[in-house]
Amino acid sequence: MTALRKQVDELTSQAAEGDAAGQYLTFLLAGEEYGVEILRVQEIKGWDSATPIPNTPEHVLGVLNLRGAVVPIIDLRKRFELESIPYGPTTVVIVVKMINDGHERTVGLVVDAVSEVYKLETGEIQPAPDMGGSINTEFVRGLATVEEKMLILLEVDEIVNFSTIDIDESEEAAV
Amino acid sequence: MSLDIDMAEIAQLFIEESMEGLDIMESELMNLEPGAADSETMNTIFRAAHSIKGGGATFGFAEISEFAHHVETLLDEMRQGQRAVTTEAVDLMLQSVDCLRDMTSTLSDGPTDTTRAKELEIQLETMMQHASPVAVAAGGVGQKGSQDAPAGEPADDNSHVGSWDIHFKPHADILRSCNDPLRIFRELASLGELDVCAQGAENLDFEKLDPEECLLAWKLSLRGDISRGQIDETFAWVQDECELVIEPVGDATSQDESNAVDASEEASAEPVAAPASNEPAPVKPVAKAPAASQESSSIRVNIDKVDALINLVGELVITQSMLSRFNGDYDFTQLHILREGLTQLSRNTRELQESVMAIRMLPISFAFSRFPRLVRDTGNALGKQVELRVNGENTELDKTVLEKIGDPLVHLVRNSLDHGLETPEVRKAAGKPETGVLELNANHEGGNIVIEIIDDGAGINKERVLSIARERGLVEPDEELSDERITNLIFMAGFSTVDKVSDLSGRGVGMDVVRRNIADLGGHVTAQTETGKGSKFTIRLPLTLAILDGQLVRVGKETYIISLLSIVETIQVGSDMINKVAGSSELFRLRDEYLPVVRLHELFGIEADSTNIDDGLLVVAEANGQRIGIFVDDLQEQQQVVIKSLESNYKQMLGISGATILGDGTVALIMDVPGLIQLFHNKGGKLDMPATATA
Repeated sequence: MTALRKQVDELTSQAAEGDAAGQYLTFLLAGEEYGVEILRVQEIKGWDSATPIPNTPEHVLGVLNLRGAVVPIIDLRKRFELESIPYGPTTVVIVVKMINDGHERTVGLVVDAVSEVYKLETGEIQPAPDMGGSINTEFVRGLATVEEKMLILLEVDEIVNFSTIDIDESEEAAV
Repeated sequence: MSLDIDMAEIAQLFIEESMEGLDIMESELMNLEPGAADSETMNTIFRAAHSIKGGGATFGFAEISEFAHHVETLLDEMRQGQRAVTTEAVDLMLQSVDCLRDMTSTLSDGPTDTTRAKELEIQLETMMQHASPVAVAAGGVGQKGSQDAPAGEPADDNSHVGSWDIHFKPHADILRSCNDPLRIFRELASLGELDVCAQGAENLDFEKLDPEECLLAWKLSLRGDISRGQIDETFAWVQDECELVIEPVGDATSQDESNAVDASEEASAEPVAAPASNEPAPVKPVAKAPAASQESSSIRVNIDKVDALINLVGELVITQSMLSRFNGDYDFTQLHILREGLTQLSRNTRELQESVMAIRMLPISFAFSRFPRLVRDTGNALGKQVELRVNGENTELDKTVLEKIGDPLVHLVRNSLDHGLETPEVRKAAGKPETGVLELNANHEGGNIVIEIIDDGAGINKERVLSIARERGLVEPDEELSDERITNLIFMAGFSTVDKVSDLSGRGVGMDVVRRNIADLGGHVTAQTETGKGSKFTIRLPLTLAILDGQLVRVGKETYIISLLSIVETIQVGSDMINKVAGSSELFRLRDEYLPVVRLHELFGIEADSTNIDDGLLVVAEANGQRIGIFVDDLQEQQQVVIKSLESNYKQMLGISGATILGDGTVALIMDVPGLIQLFHNKGGKLDMPATATA
């Protein structure tokens, strides 16, 4: 268990040091192809309705029972402020592990469809260009071109940060 | 040591055991206080100190073993009756225990701070030098050895690095204490080149030889760059059970030699002084937890509980085989087997759940054990005479609750000592006995555990509390409050009646924090007081944090769970019973009380079946003495639910204490009534009305 933990820690620290090479799972979202580090993906499951949590931002759809664990579900379209579409047969939940503030969380991401697994070398990944102040790019790790397509590689840990979102003062005081 | 076991793990075990040993020492030292040395008690203390010393040396924690050695030497004299058990000695011992505890607890974080240990060592040595007359008469040799120690020992221990000649003559019964000379030799051999020469074999009488006795002596010569400390470490476990002479060889200077003689004299003198210490006996299996402020990660479980659990698992297996017999044969005539099986399964599940919970249950004495010491020290510091009475210390409660209740309890006890109990003079003037009584009670009441802290001191001054509360704006100037509410004002944030901030309490955050910590555990605290007679603090806590008896309620499509403990009653109200204050805040009258209506659908922004108050139900719930009516569509069944943290993967939410998984696999959220009230406040609802309606 600890050995496994260590391995994960090593892998994540490697990733943090900018060594972005590795395998990526890609998925589709509003016509674009996004990739997440495959080592962070715990499982992919079909869409199932979640129990909504009151007073949360719109992109937090609620919580789901994942074999006894209560896991929050994020709608990535809403998170990236894209137009919402009705969930269809290809809609899936990608369950990932994200670490923020030293706390590991399991989170489900709702995406349009899963696509491929690509192996990328460091040289194939280029940093995200500055897209202007209006777009939040901290969750973009880099860009890659595979088979003439652009892949947007996501920094899993930055997709949502529950410790900072939507905490108003009164709530913090209560906690 | 060339062992394959993970040393870090064993060291952790050593830390835990040492902590237990220190707890035992502390509580036994407290028992010693009356004066006369009870030999059983003394032996227990001594054994604990000895184990810590030995363990410390084995795992290379030299500072600890060295310090423990000093403590042990003093203890040994007391144990042998060479030294009277004085209050000063006990005090010094208690301080040493604290110091050892600090040292041990910081072991895992790297080098230990030894300044305090050094200071205490000096005090211990001073005490040793002021030998009591008994000591001079009976234990002259031992005394000499330890007096030499401060001059020679610490300095020359590590100064000579090189080769050594060792003369090792163990006592005949060394093997019986599980110490094997061969093991020691192997260890020495790992330090350098070792020559072993056995002596005494020529005098052996083979006819009468007892294989469990060790009659040989050895002359060892060890070549290499080895410090005295390394050798001492090897012999740490046996140094009380042998004659040991360690001499440097080769290029040692004359000074080194003379020091070595000193040291060896000391070493050889020791067995004379401590002949009875020959078993590093296992510490008595008294279950003692590390100080409750630290959250320990391991747990000691009574074997009976484990056996009960195994029995239950056996029954579960039987049930399973009974149900699998049914496999494939879905005939109607077989249905009764299925029904029986399911009944049995549900019984098994409940029993299994109960015994698994029981494993986490520990007696509250783990939290109470520190109070005799605390009361004694605090009482001394304040110049008050206090008698502590503890009742119901075997009451069991969940380990997590137990660990977290420690600090609030300490605070309340200190508060009672500091503000509640008076000084002997004041008590005498008031016609009370000079010694104040502080009582700690624990008992079960329904699904709760109730802890009471009672003192017979001055009580809480209600007028003063009220005037301060008015001054600080906690209460409106013209507001009339019941005695009970005034008393409980002390739990409000920013309230402290003491003008002077003392070392003990009076920072004005205390009671508020106490209340919050207890609320975090799902419990609550109340105070009762009678001026001049004393006060009583009552803490109510749930037995466990993992499972709760819940009432399922439905609002629209959503199911929520409200803890049965917080539900007072559920009623149906007509819209004619509702009054609207300023057009928006709804109140309804329940007997002589007006309660605000909390509409869950509005608070949570969800769709309800109906917003008409006539169609739904009001669940009257109570938290922190406030009552609200929660408006829901329907009541569903009551069931025990397993609490899953929302925080582990998401974050804490106001008004929601967690989530659970229902029988159909969906997630339902568990309401947190105090949080709901606060959320209701934040959303602009009003709760600041008088609690009692004036007729």
